[in-house]
Amino acid sequence: MTEPVLLSVEGVAVDLPTPRGNLRAVDRVDLKVGAGQTLGIVGESGCGKTMLSRAILQLLPKKARLSGRVMFDGQDLATLDRECLRRLRGRSLAVVFQDPMTSLNPVLTIGTQLIETLQEHLELDGSLAKKRSVELLTAVGIPAPEQRLMQYPHQLSGGMRQRVAIAIALSCEPKLLIADEPTTALDVTIQAQILDLLAREQRRRHMAMILITHDLGVVAGRTDEVAVMYAGRVVERAPTPALFKNMRMPYTEALLAAIPKIDAAPHTLLPAISGRPPDPTRPIQGCSFSPRCRYADARCHQDKPLLIQAESPAHQYACFHPIKAAAGVSA
Amino acid sequence: MATLELGLDDEVAVAPIGRKRQPGPLFWAAIAWMGFVFAAAAFGGLLPFSPTDMDMLERRAMPSALHWLGTDGLGRDELARLIQGARISLIVGLCAPVIGITIGGALGILAGYFRGRFETLVVGSMDVLLAFPPLILALAVTAYLGQSILNLTCILGVLGIPAFMRVARAATLTLARREFVIAAQALGATHPRILLRELLPNVILPLFAFFLLGVAVTIVVEGALSFLGLGVPPPVSSWGSMIGEGRESLEMAPRLAFIPAVTMFLTVLSFNLIGDTLRALTDPRQGAL
Repeated sequence: MTEPVLLSVEGVAVDLPTPRGNLRAVDRVDLKVGAGQTLGIVGESGCGKTMLSRAILQLLPKKARLSGRVMFDGQDLATLDRECLRRLRGRSLAVVFQDPMTSLNPVLTIGTQLIETLQEHLELDGSLAKKRSVELLTAVGIPAPEQRLMQYPHQLSGGMRQRVAIAIALSCEPKLLIADEPTTALDVTIQAQILDLLAREQRRRHMAMILITHDLGVVAGRTDEVAVMYAGRVVERAPTPALFKNMRMPYTEALLAAIPKIDAAPHTLLPAISGRPPDPTRPIQGCSFSPRCRYADARCHQDKPLLIQAESPAHQYACFHPIKAAAGVSA
Repeated sequence: MATLELGLDDEVAVAPIGRKRQPGPLFWAAIAWMGFVFAAAAFGGLLPFSPTDMDMLERRAMPSALHWLGTDGLGRDELARLIQGARISLIVGLCAPVIGITIGGALGILAGYFRGRFETLVVGSMDVLLAFPPLILALAVTAYLGQSILNLTCILGVLGIPAFMRVARAATLTLARREFVIAAQALGATHPRILLRELLPNVILPLFAFFLLGVAVTIVVEGALSFLGLGVPPPVSSWGSMIGEGRESLEMAPRLAFIPAVTMFLTVLSFNLIGDTLRALTDPRQGAL
């Protein structure tokens, strides 16, 4: 990574008190994102991806406890006071949520929501903010932007709404954009368009991006680095080409195998990962993936593997039995 | 392909509007009646009759050119008293829910957004207020402070606060978890801003529909209190006190109780009809699927 580090997550853990006991949603995660770089975070539902993004934004539920440091641009967000944090959000940090149906206010027009954001953060006057809104909507590929400003969210399709949400997120030229499953609620043809739009705007604005998804196919080719999460921990981290070429962690392999292939014969059974993720309120002693792993042995059930280096310092994995052969595919 | 897309666009753009533009004739009849009552209340003073002048020779007179709706048991003009009653009923009926929606709505939104100890306190004190028998409270307050329109409005307003608080809190609870609130926080919005710009415009719709219902209920309650002699002080008339006075001569002149009762019934029905139609028109569920 040649770019200067913009965001550095150091030993971040998130604990949520629940009636069934303490739930460790994120377990000592270390990540780095350089300016203008894209980091993909991949993992199945409930593995702590969203909690990690909320931890970075300091938008955790009130009862959650956060430990570790979130260094952004030289400041620790975890200890920053409310007012500084508020000023940082929107202007330097922005987020796009999963469901565009609920991430826009249903009773305000697109224009109101966009223009107010601009006026609030950039202190533009009304007509300038409106002009800028039209430019933003054009940039995210919305036809007839002047008319859209007068419309309400329910008058737009899902893809359009996500474009509007992206426009609002981009409105103040953030340094880091967190896209939390931005395409999960959209259909496949729109998914590609939205991802391409995000990639294009990112390059144009030299903005860092964290792309959170459960789909390895989404991060392939669109990210510089990928972190695979399982049960709150990062289990493999590598530059995207290296990950797809030489994956080490059996979980990454299983995730990749679970993507349906277009050239597979009809009626081929999809190799799903058997079992379920461990109950996060009852941490298991060994490797958290061991009950579902086909390589697991006695040691895996006893000790927790730590992140160790593979052939390059950028590639790390947490496994006692890494996959040796070049089993992966090219990205 | 082109026609298919066109068809879809048309449906999206026209369907909700088409439904909005066609409230039934009942709605327009309700609007017409309300307009008539409001006009009567506003300009009734210009009519050449007094609601308090007594004509002892013409007690319980039948409708005539001089007294359009006849006279009551004390020879006062029935129409003039009905119009004065409309004024009282509308003032109390509109002002009391305004107190309720302002205080109750504000408390409800704050409780639903901030949760925690504040919410427990608000909900608890509202439960106490709800559990208190309203008639006893009205009796106690009028006994201490005396009968006046202001006191009556305040009592009915305070009694309405818990219901408005509950509606506002329930709406806020579901909204505050939606992603647009988190999105606003992620954009650096302050608490007042989220409350006023993100939550209030959403909560105001169900609150307003409930407000119109509150107006109807308040008019009935004011009538009941006046009927019991706890309402406006005589000789000022209200619909409830007119029904109460008419009760004494039900066998001789049933219309003295019947006319204000019908007027009140139609007015309350109109408020309910208008409230229902407006709620259906502005129902946020349509748009926020």
